[in-house]
Amino acid sequence: MKIHTTVNGLEHEVDVWPGASLLALLRDELGLSGSKNACEQGECGSCSAWVDGELVCSCLVPAVQADGAVVRTVESLGGGDRLHAVQDAFLATGAVQCGFCTPGMVVAAVDLLERNPEPSDETIREALAGNLCRCTGYQKILDAVHLAAAELAS
Amino acid sequence: MSTTVVPTRSGVGTSARRVDGIPKVTGAFAYGSDLDAENSLWGFTLRSPYASARIRSIDVSAARRGEGVAAVLTADDLPARRTFGLEFCDQPILGDGVVRYVGEPVAIVAAESLEEARQAALAIVVDYEPLVPVTDMEEALRPDGPRVHDFGNILRHVHIVHGEPDSVEADVWVEGYYETATQDQAALGPEAGLAVPASDGGIDLYVATQWLHVDRQQIAPCLGLPEEKVRITLAGVGGAFGSREDVHMQIHASLLALKTGRPVRMSYGREESFHGHVHRHPSRTWIRYGAMRDGRLVACDVRLLLDGGAYASSSPAVISNASTFAPGPYEVPNVRVEGTVVYTNNPPCGAMRGFGAPQLCFAYEGAMDELAKKLGIESLELRLKNALHTGSVLPTGQVITGTAPVREVIEKLQAIPMPPDEPASGRDAISYPGGAGNVSRGESLRRGVGYAVGYKNIAYSEGFDDAAEATVTLRLGPDGPVASIRTAAVEYGQGLYTVLAQIVRSELDVEDVVVEPATTESGSAGSTSASRQTTMSGGAVLGACAEIKQELAKGPLEEPITRTYTYHHRPTTELDEHGQGDPHVGFAFAAERAVVEVDAELGLVRVVEIAAVQDAGRVMNPQGATGQVEGGTVMGLGLALMEELKLGDGAVRNASFTDYLIPTILDAPPIVSEFVEVPEPGAPFGVKGIGEMATVVVTAAVVAALRDATGLTLNRAPATPEDLVGIRPPATTTGPAPVPDVPGQKAIPEYLGMGLGQQELMKAREQ
Repeated sequence: MKIHTTVNGLEHEVDVWPGASLLALLRDELGLSGSKNACEQGECGSCSAWVDGELVCSCLVPAVQADGAVVRTVESLGGGDRLHAVQDAFLATGAVQCGFCTPGMVVAAVDLLERNPEPSDETIREALAGNLCRCTGYQKILDAVHLAAAELAS
Repeated sequence: MSTTVVPTRSGVGTSARRVDGIPKVTGAFAYGSDLDAENSLWGFTLRSPYASARIRSIDVSAARRGEGVAAVLTADDLPARRTFGLEFCDQPILGDGVVRYVGEPVAIVAAESLEEARQAALAIVVDYEPLVPVTDMEEALRPDGPRVHDFGNILRHVHIVHGEPDSVEADVWVEGYYETATQDQAALGPEAGLAVPASDGGIDLYVATQWLHVDRQQIAPCLGLPEEKVRITLAGVGGAFGSREDVHMQIHASLLALKTGRPVRMSYGREESFHGHVHRHPSRTWIRYGAMRDGRLVACDVRLLLDGGAYASSSPAVISNASTFAPGPYEVPNVRVEGTVVYTNNPPCGAMRGFGAPQLCFAYEGAMDELAKKLGIESLELRLKNALHTGSVLPTGQVITGTAPVREVIEKLQAIPMPPDEPASGRDAISYPGGAGNVSRGESLRRGVGYAVGYKNIAYSEGFDDAAEATVTLRLGPDGPVASIRTAAVEYGQGLYTVLAQIVRSELDVEDVVVEPATTESGSAGSTSASRQTTMSGGAVLGACAEIKQELAKGPLEEPITRTYTYHHRPTTELDEHGQGDPHVGFAFAAERAVVEVDAELGLVRVVEIAAVQDAGRVMNPQGATGQVEGGTVMGLGLALMEELKLGDGAVRNASFTDYLIPTILDAPPIVSEFVEVPEPGAPFGVKGIGEMATVVVTAAVVAALRDATGLTLNRAPATPEDLVGIRPPATTTGPAPVPDVPGQKAIPEYLGMGLGQQELMKAREQ
């Protein structure tokens, strides 16, 4: 079926299979492969994106639900050669290894800092509990969110 | 090799930023599952629902008629060699007359869309005759039971006798039995890649893997192509941890691409991924230490059994590793080790971070704690008293010629302050075991402290020359000299390429360094595994830089200078009939301390803090090194507390991230990591690999802390809430597994002349 959706500021009219997820729409139809497919059931957060400002696992959202919605993905962050403060903080603190969880982790961290500019360790842990990382042991991800918060505040 | 390190802004010893960092944070980095090509098809795999069955017939007619279907292939359609394997070619590309595990590929489909491919696979009718499977590793040893392969169920038995273990007098003996569960690597990136048919009849394969050349060596004969017509380029790798050492979708996608003449992409879903790669071997260990009253170890007797699953994978090397490390990082003059890995109809097991060492560390450190208690000696004191050092003789007779700073590692750990005590009541609910579940106000809270010390080899063993080639080019750019590195070594997130770039920056005093894509057009760099690449590819890059520097000494840089260097580690030997030899290149050691809180009523655990000290030789990138310790620690903590691939009749019962739990950020404790830097003689920069040691020791340390907190036996990892509240009793045994009758120390498939995988690659190099 045909849907109209705005993704990262661009309007699209797409013909989607009713069984398709928003993640499949982003990756396979719109070529936005920054959102990753790692579990297909909303457990890992690798596909984190925003729908009308709400943080979602895009693998759990039917593509048809994006009809008339405003979708934002990791590709919307930063601009040109400039990284978003969260992206830069992930690099500065060594919070990236294989990087497969990173786009989703970055999106979830940006979402947290937009709501809470000075989160505590506990708040960060709760906010990122739905984003799995198998490489880092998470310590440097905590560091990255704190650093980004400080950078955004200054 | 002598080296002069010129300090540069992001050279050796600095926390240089990742060379692949920016595309990874923006989402632009292309992983295997992100690849596509014009006019491409999707590949899909039909897998066996039976652990053991005869295939009577396969009817693909309906599937071939399916909408969008371009090809359906079964074993009958294979063009050339029908089996593959990392060490031995014992694994069918597609179920060939029989299937031996749940999840074994039986047919492959290519279609216009993934959904059409999936639907076509469902339309394939396979007539199976179910057979009685072997799903228990001790049952596999029974001579009268069913056989997984015609030649039996023994994959390899390693026998090590050192000193006179049968006539030892000891003041004190302790005996223990330990089990570890099957663990999954659970790399977030799925098995994925793209196969593109080439105009010369060959194939261009883009894939997430760990060793391009050993993949090609297995793929080419199965396609009936010469190796030069199979060109492999590394795709972005979303974590590996050993799971990508074995071929997954490579041969299947290539067969479909050659059949259809169109590019074929394959990417496993999470459930399929659990079936599509090998796992960490579950283990059963019977261990007995003898000591004198003063704590001096005099004997160690170990019986070890690993479940290798249906095919060999790297099990023969895993059992050898595990067996040679069996008495722990301690001097023991009299040792007997009998280590067996068996075939069963469970999913194949193979490489996973630690490669046999974590299972043994769990056993020997558990037994060392028991021994310390019995002797009335403080547990780390007992370890210090027996610690290996340079010059120590190992159970294989190997004399440690490199560094072995076991004492230094333990003493540095002792110097790390303990985390402060916390009040039992009045805390934020999230700080109790169960955390965000809000289930406690501090009732029945028990704190415990546990330690573990362990070790592992670096690089490949038993006579294997896993040499690494690298090419470095220095040229003049518009703003000064620039360098590039060409290597077939795989970067899978651990930071290898960043470290290689740091080496070039320091050696050639050039800031601008590019790492080119890894392809089989370069010579083999060996596997990215066994904590070997910083030593091996680092050594190759260092060697190439040294030759460029010689050239620069003759005059200023005008034309580009390119040098290729192949680095070999010192030679090692196989084990003789008594398990004696010089099998390992060198060793790295680690010690960790776990502090835990247990809610004794609910069996829930909060790991308060992990302190980690690792023998690194030389820290090349401090931030990257602590990242390896932190990540490796949390992975091993997963095995201590929650990670267990549950098998029922050979089938994986929890093949999802809903049911197979890996630690989240709520489970991960603060980790204090420090390094002991005693340069390893002969290694480039004195470096030792660091990827695995934390994982080797932390499972044992966490469970030791749980024992300390609860007073329970806890001889099984993971220690789950059922264990911690006493619903499930400790693992029991009727006695050590029998020692099988085998012709010698080698893997059984080798005696049968089955194709040698990696060995063949190395022999070809020697010719």
